[in-house]
Amino acid sequence: MIGKCSSCFMIVNGVPNTKTCREPVADGLVVERQRGWVSPPAEQVDLGNVENYEVETDVLVVGGGPSGLSAALKVAEYGYNVLVVDEHFRLGGQLLKQTHKFFGNVELFGGMRGFQIAEEYIKKIGSNEKIKTLTQSVVYGVFRGGVVGVSGKNAHYVVKPKAVIGSTGATERYLDFINNDLPGVIGAGGAQTIMNEYGVRPGDSALVVGSGNVGIIISYQLLQAGVRVKAVVEILPEVGGWFVHAAKIRRYGIPILLQHTLKAVYGNGKVSEAEVVAVDNNFNPVPGTEKRFEVDLVLLAIGLEPDNRFFAQCGAAMKWSPDLGGLVPLRTLDLETSVKNLYVAGDASGIEEATTAIIEGQIAALSIVSKLSDGSRASKAEEEMEKLIRFLWDEYRASPVLARARRGKQLVTVSREEMEKIRSVNPPPVSFG
Amino acid sequence: MPTPSFRKTGVISLEELSTLNLLPPESRLKKGPVAVLECPEMIPCNICVPYCPTKAIKMEKLIDLPMVDWNKCTGCSVCVAVCPGLAAFVVDLSKEDGDYVTVPHEFLPAPKVGDEVTLLSRTGEKLGRGTVTRVWERNKTYVVTVKVPKGLGMEVRAIWVEK
Repeated sequence: MIGKCSSCFMIVNGVPNTKTCREPVADGLVVERQRGWVSPPAEQVDLGNVENYEVETDVLVVGGGPSGLSAALKVAEYGYNVLVVDEHFRLGGQLLKQTHKFFGNVELFGGMRGFQIAEEYIKKIGSNEKIKTLTQSVVYGVFRGGVVGVSGKNAHYVVKPKAVIGSTGATERYLDFINNDLPGVIGAGGAQTIMNEYGVRPGDSALVVGSGNVGIIISYQLLQAGVRVKAVVEILPEVGGWFVHAAKIRRYGIPILLQHTLKAVYGNGKVSEAEVVAVDNNFNPVPGTEKRFEVDLVLLAIGLEPDNRFFAQCGAAMKWSPDLGGLVPLRTLDLETSVKNLYVAGDASGIEEATTAIIEGQIAALSIVSKLSDGSRASKAEEEMEKLIRFLWDEYRASPVLARARRGKQLVTVSREEMEKIRSVNPPPVSFG
Repeated sequence: MPTPSFRKTGVISLEELSTLNLLPPESRLKKGPVAVLECPEMIPCNICVPYCPTKAIKMEKLIDLPMVDWNKCTGCSVCVAVCPGLAAFVVDLSKEDGDYVTVPHEFLPAPKVGDEVTLLSRTGEKLGRGTVTRVWERNKTYVVTVKVPKGLGMEVRAIWVEK
């Protein structure tokens, strides 16, 4: 979600629709407000000299979050070259703003805080000569012949990979309500970026919409930052997130209003009040139950949607999955899509959580290196992959709190034979390798 | 299976804890400090198991509920420090002068020994004032022991340091 919503669009150095949340401050930077649609600049903006490069790599990783980084390290561990491309100026993705301690087991970073996992990954990647990274760079397109275009800072890259791991993550959902464009209404991920990455308190008092783990965790973090959280609003009749997270905010007196939704926000130029309303069992608002809260911050934590743009452009066979948050590529158990040698890992494969994203990244990497290798290296990779697949499906995802994601992922996973059929019926326009 | 009420409230009752074998028996509670792990969902996590210095916490599978061997548990509060869910507490109901509760605390300023702090229940209800008797820190989680009025040992689950 970092840098993927449009909440922070401004005109920077004459360029409209710049995501300011990932634009580092620099001397002489000109930032202007933009309202609504802004026409492209009339004159060409001088971007300085743009260098062109052609890059060959064994593996291209699109997105440097938990799954992408764990994949890159695994590829390098087996001696292959890997290029990681990320839009942000720092690698780590969502890990950068996760200040809570991770669950799981000790081998999978359990007990460490998300940003500490990112720090460890960044350190390992920085000292690994097999891994090249491009930050502030965007994979903008894929072309026939399996060539990938990357637009970087003052540089343009044409990448020819043998395999690609799409670890593109997810975007935050938005919600329709009266005045939802008032400043003060932001995505929970955006607030986490401002607060946890840049150390800026996003407001004084907040209402949080959505009681999934993201909504509850952000409420706790707001409290830590000294923001008063008036309530968490949840449209369903039970808390969305894990009990232990919910208990954490309840102890400090934050109410969770079940079967309630946000009706409107009010304010002169920025949010000063939010109005919530109870809903019946059919999710219809119950007139007369409106309540108003004096807040200057309304955070939307109503779910994520897989970022599937890269897969769609590659022509991967996709399936709509409500359990996984939207349209996701069909894949085999080792996470290969219907585009030969294009893999999917992490939230792009269906919304789940960071530990499973890390495991998926490793599975995709191991499948690729087992294909690139032969002999004992190939069988070692395959063995390691099989072990991870079993752990992921039979142990980790056996948890009832992951039942929905598990069901969703089962429904979009097909056998290798089925995938071959899909490929022959619906041949994708590109392939890699 | 009907949805347990803690899934609707984010608050667990002593009855629910007891049903799930998460509550130490009365006799053990009266003997001295002991861990109470308020971890009622089968989440994929076993962090407390390898960290317990007396190997008192058992879990066969990653998603099992943590089962404490109350006789092995010394109430050392390492689990309070490492539990990612901040769901581990240590309770000591054995003292005459009051109950002692050890809670995880992740707010600044850090509490100091001797501080008078506000005591909070599982619902955030203010339960009066308590005195901090011990503070230590591990990876940015403060592990804070507070002396609370007798009878509140199973009710206090957080503290608030007035700024």
